[in-house]
Amino acid sequence: MAVNLATEVVLAAGEGPSPLLPHLGELIVGIVAFTLLFLFLRAKVFPVFEKTFHDRAESIEGAIAAAQRDRTEAQQLKQQYERQLAEARDEAGRIRTEAQAQRAEIVEAARAEGAAERQRIIDAGAAQIASERQQALSELRREVGTMAVDLASRIVGESLEDDARRRGTVDRYLDELERTSARTAGSAS
Amino acid sequence: MTTWSIAAEGFQSPGPADFVYPPLFGEGTFFTKPMLITVLGSVAVAVFFYLAARRAQRVPGKLQYAGESAYGFVRNSIALDSIGKEGIKYVPYLATLFFFLAALNISGIIPVLQFPATSRIAFPLFLAVVSCVIFNYVGIRRAHGVGRYFKQMMFPAGIPWPVYILLAPIEFVSTIIIRPLTLTLRLTFNMFAGHLVLVLFILGGEYLVFEYSGVVGILAGSISLLGSIVLTFFEGFVQLLQAYVFTLLSALYIGGALADEH
Repeated sequence: MAVNLATEVVLAAGEGPSPLLPHLGELIVGIVAFTLLFLFLRAKVFPVFEKTFHDRAESIEGAIAAAQRDRTEAQQLKQQYERQLAEARDEAGRIRTEAQAQRAEIVEAARAEGAAERQRIIDAGAAQIASERQQALSELRREVGTMAVDLASRIVGESLEDDARRRGTVDRYLDELERTSARTAGSAS
Repeated sequence: MTTWSIAAEGFQSPGPADFVYPPLFGEGTFFTKPMLITVLGSVAVAVFFYLAARRAQRVPGKLQYAGESAYGFVRNSIALDSIGKEGIKYVPYLATLFFFLAALNISGIIPVLQFPATSRIAFPLFLAVVSCVIFNYVGIRRAHGVGRYFKQMMFPAGIPWPVYILLAPIEFVSTIIIRPLTLTLRLTFNMFAGHLVLVLFILGGEYLVFEYSGVVGILAGSISLLGSIVLTFFEGFVQLLQAYVFTLLSALYIGGALADEH
């Protein structure tokens, strides 16, 4: 019975060898194939991948470093511009103050000049007025004489055409007047 | 043939015999289908990565991006995450391991191939052995000597001595024997079972539609065939997941060996 059962089990499992027994040919082919594949991939493929991984990481790090560098550079430039701007602002302020001072000076100078000019014009006017008054006075004196003689000749009806005589009369009259006034002044004193 | 295949009225259910292929070029030659799949899968992985890495640019094209993402996944999510900074040394092995396994697993749902080479125990076995050799070597080098490595592994400090009677053999067996064994068996029989279920659904559906009599057969067979399509997608997921698990565990073992210093 036991022999029969064992035979049946073997038959049910098929005529081939047990699946637990390694097949020598497969073992050899497997080892050879795996070894060749391993050597090929290790030599030709994996180092390439490792290198690209490394390169990629490096290029990313390089890009980060470059960005860092650019940023510090930009910051330096910004600081420089800010400094220059501040300097420019200071200078503008200084120039403005100077201009204000200068303006005040100019205004002061102009005012002084104007005052001097006015004085000069006033003085010139006064001198002119004085000379014109003198002129008018002497002219008046002459004309008064002429007019008085005309009037007197009309009144007395006598033509005093002789110039010498006429002047003698006028002078006489005027001397008389002066004498009279001097006398009056002397009697008064 | 057997009692239950007779009960199924002539339907021959798939079994372990379906995983045994005769040599491709006739009796007496060496090359079988799982070997062909292994070679094709390795070549496909090599060609994909060769094209992706050829003329690599700092700004990648589509193919380069795909290759870099695939490599970066193993590199960052598996190696560096579970080992730490020192994991970079083991990335070539772990990446080759992952893509080799993924190609051999996924061949189970690729039309024409339709067989996961990793359901043949030879492939997971040697890869598990390689992983274990690596992590043990790393551990021995880190511990500065074979004796100290085993001492640190079997007699961790800070435990009362009677516990060692139990702990030491367990630690030894689990590290040296159980780890490669589970790596091998988990992958092999996930692929084995997945392939078996797919074949069962497809062959069963075919049998029901074409040979089982009546409407019932056609209806049940159609459901079975539709189910096989759904299962194919599920299998694709399992295949990638198992490649990931195998690679992740290898990385964790290496990471553990490196961390066992104290």
